[in-house]
This record gives sequence, C-alpha cells and structure tokens, in this order.
Amino acid sequence: MSALTNLTLKAAVDGLAKGDFTSVELTKAHIEAIEAARGLNAYILETPEKALDMAAKSDARRAVGEAGPLEGAPLGVKDLFCTEGVRTTACSKILENFVPTYESTVTSQLWRDGAVMLGKLNLDQFAMGSSNETSYFGPVTNPWRAQGSTKALTPGGSSGGSAAAVAADLCLGATATDTGGSIRQPAAFTGTVGIKPTYGRCSRWGVVAFASSLDQAGPIAKTVEDAALLLTSMSGHDPKDSTSLDIPVPDFTQFVGKSVKGLKIGIPKEYRVDNMPAEIEKLWQDGIAWLKEAGCEIIDISLPHTKYALPAYYIVAPAEASSNLARYDGMRYGLREDGATLTEIYENTRAAGFGDEVKRRILIGTYVLSHGYYDAYYLKALKVRRRIAEDFDNAWTKCDAILTPTAPSAAFGLGENSNDPIAMYLNDVFTVTTNLAGLPGLSLPAGLDSNGLPLGLQIIGKPLDEATVFSVAGAVEKAANFSAKAEKWW
Amino acid sequence: MAIDAATVRKVARLARIAEPEERIEALAQELNGIMTWIEQLAEVDTEGCEPLTSVVASGLPMREDVVTMGGDPARVTSNAPKSVGNFFVVPKVVE
Repeated sequence: MSALTNLTLKAAVDGLAKGDFTSVELTKAHIEAIEAARGLNAYILETPEKALDMAAKSDARRAVGEAGPLEGAPLGVKDLFCTEGVRTTACSKILENFVPTYESTVTSQLWRDGAVMLGKLNLDQFAMGSSNETSYFGPVTNPWRAQGSTKALTPGGSSGGSAAAVAADLCLGATATDTGGSIRQPAAFTGTVGIKPTYGRCSRWGVVAFASSLDQAGPIAKTVEDAALLLTSMSGHDPKDSTSLDIPVPDFTQFVGKSVKGLKIGIPKEYRVDNMPAEIEKLWQDGIAWLKEAGCEIIDISLPHTKYALPAYYIVAPAEASSNLARYDGMRYGLREDGATLTEIYENTRAAGFGDEVKRRILIGTYVLSHGYYDAYYLKALKVRRRIAEDFDNAWTKCDAILTPTAPSAAFGLGENSNDPIAMYLNDVFTVTTNLAGLPGLSLPAGLDSNGLPLGLQIIGKPLDEATVFSVAGAVEKAANFSAKAEKWW
Repeated sequence: MAIDAATVRKVARLARIAEPEERIEALAQELNGIMTWIEQLAEVDTEGCEPLTSVVASGLPMREDVVTMGGDPARVTSNAPKSVGNFFVVPKVVE
C-alpha cells in the first residue's frame, strides 16, 4: 500500500471521491508508514485506533453523499494544538500528562471538513527553537541526508515533526505554527511547502500560546495546492479569539495556477547575510528568472530595518512568553513539584518542568519587562517593530509580492548549533520580519544544494493577500519543477 | 548594562524559576551575550515612533455578557495534579 502514502493531498482526495480506495485503506497505509519510521521521532503520539475510527466514519459519510473538502484525508497534528481526549504536551515536561477536554478551533475545522487524525507531531518545546532539539521527547531526524552521508540532520524547528512527517510521507499534510519562522524554515529544510498566513486568519484558540501577537497557525504540505486546500479549511473567524479576523475566507486553491503576468515582484537587497552559501544566492536568482519568464516585473526594493528584526523579536517574543507561561504554576494542571513554601513549589515546578531554552526566554522576557528596563528594551523593540512594518508598507507602494530565500542555509547537523543561542536564532533572519509585520509568508522547495539537500524560496504578500502569494508560489513551483524526495533509509 | 549574578538571581525569583547557585554565573554570561547582541536596536532612530503592539488594526470586539459554557467541574479539574470532589487541592497559603 506504500503507493497510497506517496499521493499528494489533492490526488488522495480525488482518489477517494472516485472510489479508487477508501479512507480506511489510505489511513492504514499511513499507519504502517508511521510504524516503520519511528526512528525519525516525528510522531510523539500515534493514535491509530482513533484514526481508523475517524476513517471508517468518513467512509460512511461519503457513502451517504456527505463528503467534506478534506473527506477521509489522514493528517498529522503539531503537538501544540489541543486535541480533545488526546494528550497535548507542547513537547514539554510540564505538560507531559496534559489531556485537553476541548479541541482547538483549527483542528476542529479540519475534522469538520472530513480529515482524519493520525497522531501528534514533535516540535521544539513550546515552539521555542529552530532545530527541534529543545523537545522534551528528543529531536526529530530529517528524512533528508546529504549525498553519501549518514549524518543526522535537523528538520528545522519548531514545526520539525510536521515537516519531517510530510517529507517522509507519514501524513498527507500537517498542522504547524509559526511565531518567527517555525513553519517556513522547517519546510525549507525538508523540501516541503509551508505557509504562515496573515496574523488573524487562523484562530489561536486551543493552540498552546508562545507569543500571542506573533503566533499563527498554518499548514505544511507536499505541494502549493495542498497547502492552499489545508489553509482554506484552517482559516476563518472565531469569536473565541479576539484577534481572529471577521472576514470571508476565499477558496485559496483557485489562485494556484493563476497567471502572474504583470505582477510586480520586489527583491529586497537586505536579504543577504554573511556566509550565506552561494547556492542560495543562485537559487534566488533562479527564482527571479522564473518569475520574469512568467511575465512578472522584477523591482529592486529596500527593507532597511531587516537586520533589526531578530533582536526586536528576541525582546517581544520572550516578553510575551514570560507572561503567557506564567500560567504554568503547578496548581490547576501540569506538573507539580514539592517545596517547603508556596513560592518554592512554584519555583521547583517551573525549574523541573521547563527546558533550558524555555527558561532562557522566560528569564530574558522577565528581565526586559522588569522595573527600569521596560522603556529601554520592551518599548524600544515595539518601536523598531513599527519601523519594520513601515518598511513593508513602503514596499507595497512599489510591488505586489516579495521573493526571498527562506533560510540562510540548508539543513544542518543535529547538535551543530545547540551551544550557541544566537547562531541558532539567525536561522529565522529572513522569516521573522513577516511575523513582526503580521504578513503572509510561504516557503516552497525550489532546488537542491551540491550535497543534494533541499533549499526553499519565500514569497511574502500584502496583509490578507494570500491569494497573490499562492499564485506566485504556483508559478515558482511550476518553473522549479522540484520532484526530489528524501531517499528512504529509515 | 551587564547582567550580573545578582540580576540573574532577582530575575529568576521574579520568574519563579529555581536556578541552582552553580548555574547562576553561566546564565549571567549567556544572557549577557544575548542582551549585548540585542543592544544594536539602539542604532535605530525611533524618534516620534508609536510602539506597535498589535498588527490587527481593528479594536477589541465586544460580546454579550452571558454565560456560554460551564457547570462541568469534573472537566475543569480533570488535569489537576491534586483534586478532591471537583475541587483543586492547593498548598496551604495562609499561615
């Protein structure tokens, strides 16, 4: 049945509709693939019984003509989305045994549309990390390896489990979240497609919070069309999230394949960093050539505050995290450690329950919000955030979308950056700007480097203009004709 | 600006995270490294610039002040580290 797991989401949904196979057959094929791929550590919780139950119910719905847009399609869920009755940990010790009694809005919409849940996917603890190494359950191994090498590579982070599972055909698509690049960088490292939509498109309700003004859900998928299909289902207004936008959601798939003739594509000169491999620069030039060929006009633009985005982010995100994660006090849910006083119980619980990177960010956040530093750091960062948003506002007077590399390198080895927080943070140098400005950003695979590892290009759009992002991505995808897959070794 | 051991102890206390004494010096160095890198924000001219707190332009939506869910204490306490008869059991806080 391995052929069934090679299908794209669109092909699988079409095959189900035609009756070529059932959801139970498709789901079983994925369950077998997951069992055979445990060495990747992509799934931290497999839910085969639930999956087969959902698949059987899906087949029954289809039999009576009630098929939804994702009817019968087995998906993976990043373990940051609360799933009713299914353990949700944020890959932390503090939530190791947490079983939500409610379902996140985003996942409930996927089930509403007929999808099937295969299990929960690994991530960096509380989505804080760029290599999946901060997970309490251990890192995910990238299905991709450099040519002729058996060295274990990172799938990126924080949505490393989602990206690896999609790349290794362990699901037809996966939910993910992106606070600074956590959908797009893993997508780039694994040869998959990921989109972070405009802030407010997807409800944050039931998603474990990291930095609330930056967090957005989105899909990781095998193709641009699959990503559009998933995002259409995941998006939409939710009264339970006060920042959820009350605006209609178009069918994003209709924009994939649409002509991009006459669109103006901005190329920001600041999206080059020291030591960036020449292959990434070359890939970027390829992307420019492909879009020119497709009839786009290429415009040089400047986003002058780009280099300040990461330092601003590392004030804003930890500040919000220190506030959000204050809820983990060991009283109402989660781990509780012993102590002689109430304060000691709090301190011991949080010391034992959080990993080093989470603690580091809580401490930074607490520091920048503390008396005497608030204006110098936190307010300053919010002002720089305004400057970064203004950069984009200026760019939109000249262009319709922006093309950049997704990440400054291909996937690196597990352990290579884990002792240098700033080197790790630099992974998000090209993605973090769109989180600060609330813009949609999509990464798609566009080529391989000389080691045979995938590289991604990013398309950034105007607020709420995912439509153009999908059209441009569709054009790049067609021209790049990327068909490489990780060679199976697991 | 340097973050010293005393600052780390103070911040860890504010954040309610027990940090063992042997970790304090290393943490001070780590946090100093990160904060020094962040210092480059001082180069940005933010004169007359309004802080950007939210990228969502509209204000907070209002809703009817009505009960929409509740009456299910067993669900609320189902993940409690300690509970008895639908109550959370917490440490004694009044001496």
